Amino acid sequence: MRDTDRTGTPASPAPERNATTQRQRFELGTGPGRVLVWFYGVFTVAAASRSIVEMILDFGKAPLAYTLSAVAAVVYGFITYSLVRGGEKARRAALVCCAAELAGVLVVGTWTLVEPSAFPDSTVWSGFGMGYLFIPVILPVTGMIWLRHARNA
Amino acid sequence: MLDALTVAVAVTALALAAWCGFAAYRDQPTKDWHFIGMAVVSVLALAQLLVGIVQLARGERPDQGMTIFIAYLIGAFASVPAAGFLSLSERTRWGSVTVAAGAVVLAVLEVRLYDIWGN
Repeated sequence: MRDTDRTGTPASPAPERNATTQRQRFELGTGPGRVLVWFYGVFTVAAASRSIVEMILDFGKAPLAYTLSAVAAVVYGFITYSLVRGGEKARRAALVCCAAELAGVLVVGTWTLVEPSAFPDSTVWSGFGMGYLFIPVILPVTGMIWLRHARNA
Repeated sequence: MLDALTVAVAVTALALAAWCGFAAYRDQPTKDWHFIGMAVVSVLALAQLLVGIVQLARGERPDQGMTIFIAYLIGAFASVPAAGFLSLSERTRWGSVTVAAGAVVLAVLEVRLYDIWGN
């Protein structure tokens, strides 16, 4: 009886369980996502090392700019981690972070242009990421397109 | 710093980017030959790292500070191997795109290294 129970009853819920685990664990860091993992990884390293070096050398020179660079590094790091982890939860978290990142780039970009005196030294997001070939502004848009696409796939 | 070496790394990096970009265009993953290409570029970047350290040890100083210079040297050395590593487990055209992107990043880092060292 037990044997038949085991083979009989779980047969119907099993595919469902498989479907849910697949839905929760779909990959975000493969295919085009792999390129995003690379760029987000590079920007995590770039923003983090930049802000660390600047903070150690002379934090007083431009505290706002250096703090913003550090915040950017955290956001990039979290998105990189989410892309590597995959799954629906990570996808949503990454989507929120990409939106925050885009907002950050736009706000800081405008801010640096309107009031340059607030920034004695530039951040990763100064001038909409001009010093980084505008990748900081392109990256969140591509990221969000990919994350939206990944849900449908 | 050795300008010839900087130019050599930048040029080979761009060539690698074009080569891997072409592979991506033809819908191909990175292959053995691409990895040999990556190795060549990485060896040049390693040589640059060593030359940079030797020059620092001899008392020459970069214009924009030693910490930043060393950070960029390490970044330049690591970028192509890291991208190659990512492409190892991505056996599609997107692995090739990643390596192409990595090589472009290296070329940009070379430009920055040139600025940081100054004249």
